[in-house]
Amino acid sequence: MPTPVFELKDVSYYYLDKIAAVRDVNLEVAPGERIAILGANGSGKSTLMHILDGLLLPTSGKVLAFGHELTEQRLEDSEFNRFFRERVGFLFQNPDVQLFCPIVWEEVAFGPLQLDLPREEILRRVEDVLDMLGIRELRDRAPYALSGGEKKKVALGSILPINPQVLILDEPTNGLDPRTQQWLIELLEELHLAGKTLITATHDLSIVEEIADRVLVMNERHNVVAEGVPSDVLNNFDLLLEVNLIHEHAHRHGDIVHHHGHGHFFTHDHPHEGKQNDEP
Amino acid sequence: MTPKWMISNDQAVALPSATPGGKRGRRSFLEKTLWQLASVMQESVFSEAYASAPGLLQTLDPRVKFATLILFLTVTSLVRSIPVLVSIYLFTLLLAQLSRIGLPFFIKRVWLFIPLFAGIIALPAIFNVITPGEVWVPLIHLPRAYSWGPYHIPEAIGISRPGVMGALVFVCRVAASVSLVVLVTLTTRWDRLMKALRVVRIPQVFVLTLGMTYRYILLLVKLVQEMYWAKKSRTLRFSGVKAEQGWIASRMGALFRRSLQMSQEVHGAMRSRGFDGEAKILDTFQIRLRDYAWIFTSVLLFGLLFWLDRYL
Repeated sequence: MPTPVFELKDVSYYYLDKIAAVRDVNLEVAPGERIAILGANGSGKSTLMHILDGLLLPTSGKVLAFGHELTEQRLEDSEFNRFFRERVGFLFQNPDVQLFCPIVWEEVAFGPLQLDLPREEILRRVEDVLDMLGIRELRDRAPYALSGGEKKKVALGSILPINPQVLILDEPTNGLDPRTQQWLIELLEELHLAGKTLITATHDLSIVEEIADRVLVMNERHNVVAEGVPSDVLNNFDLLLEVNLIHEHAHRHGDIVHHHGHGHFFTHDHPHEGKQNDEP
Repeated sequence: MTPKWMISNDQAVALPSATPGGKRGRRSFLEKTLWQLASVMQESVFSEAYASAPGLLQTLDPRVKFATLILFLTVTSLVRSIPVLVSIYLFTLLLAQLSRIGLPFFIKRVWLFIPLFAGIIALPAIFNVITPGEVWVPLIHLPRAYSWGPYHIPEAIGISRPGVMGALVFVCRVAASVSLVVLVTLTTRWDRLMKALRVVRIPQVFVLTLGMTYRYILLLVKLVQEMYWAKKSRTLRFSGVKAEQGWIASRMGALFRRSLQMSQEVHGAMRSRGFDGEAKILDTFQIRLRDYAWIFTSVLLFGLLFWLDRYL
């Protein structure tokens, strides 16, 4: 069996040592896998993503990346740091954080430049990625002047030239219009076929089946409460209700008021005439 | 459950009479400042259009442009002849024209600075109290001359000839220098200009930091503007100077906290892409034939101007 990309053993993270963000998470990620971490706002998905990228170290528990434990000492070792950073790319939730260079071209070149790749190789990778993402015309633009969708594309473009084996994506479809969202899903599919490992944190239930083969669900107490294939998890109504990913919803059809679960993923699956059994 | 009062459409404020009779809303100091900040932002975007126009200076290598700027600034600060200084200024106008910068815009941009930078310094120097010499326009007559140590006040105070000439040289020099600098900054994209600073051995980490500062200042300005709009859209009446000041102070604090938080996140994003404290910058600058031609012309002009200054 190949070495797992990530192994998390009883990982917990507390802000200021008292505010829990992640509690007792155990997780193993195999190379090439597609995993979605589902959870409501504030469930700790984002913190977990930061832990996976070695930006935060767990308050307790262990994180192993490619068989090596992530520790402060190890991440400060420049050899290991480069080994790790070349293999793991992180798409931040807020592209304004991720795009810190004066122009798009430099943004895309930043990563491979840090890896000390030869100049010709850097230039080639930058051009390839600009073409792959269809952002060639943005190359001389300043990141602050871009639209939300363009920023997301450039943020992805800032990671891809490093050619990481693992991509960690924090709410990648947040704030994207439907077309860009579809574009992103197709790109993730393309990357999956190229053998990349994809770990996506999201609360967008409508994309889960397209971007993941395995789903982990986090509740608002910051624990992982369920794990399974997307279809099983998405059809587990009680579970999704419990972790606040869908909500009891009241609305009116003529004279009848329904109370039923309602999430992005679910459509009405109840008859619309006669008395409902969930009516008061 | 929707509260009852929310369902009713009763409004507390009636529609004002057709002609506005209330106190006229004046733009506050804060609002004006914010508008200015926003316009600086727009201007920086706008002037980027000049930097990408297909003009003479735009096509030169930024390093070459930067180095020749220093050359021309040197000659401008050393020559003393007014005709030579005026010709340098006219030369910048020609360059602006060749670089597709609108002359009215260029001239306005330069002369806006002159009274501020040069006027205040040059004005006192025209009087014989500061610059002694032949009096052109006498202004005040004192009963006698006064002397305190190195200070001397003559009997007749007025505008002196050497004073006026000195001030004129000074103003011409400032105008030519400012024009040169404006010309280079207008025709070079900010990021390329920063990288060109490497010519004078500015460390990479400064170049990187400067670039990031510029990028995030624009973001923070936008944030400030949004905070202000959020308040304005909910403001029904002026709440008094004290409350306004309190609000500004609290927003300054909030902005500071936000920028601190953001700097941490940005640092994380940099680390995530392999940054380990050592700044690395890649430039795609290329010195071409036209750059050599420009260097040759500049050096020639440099010599010519010195020679003219000597013999004029």
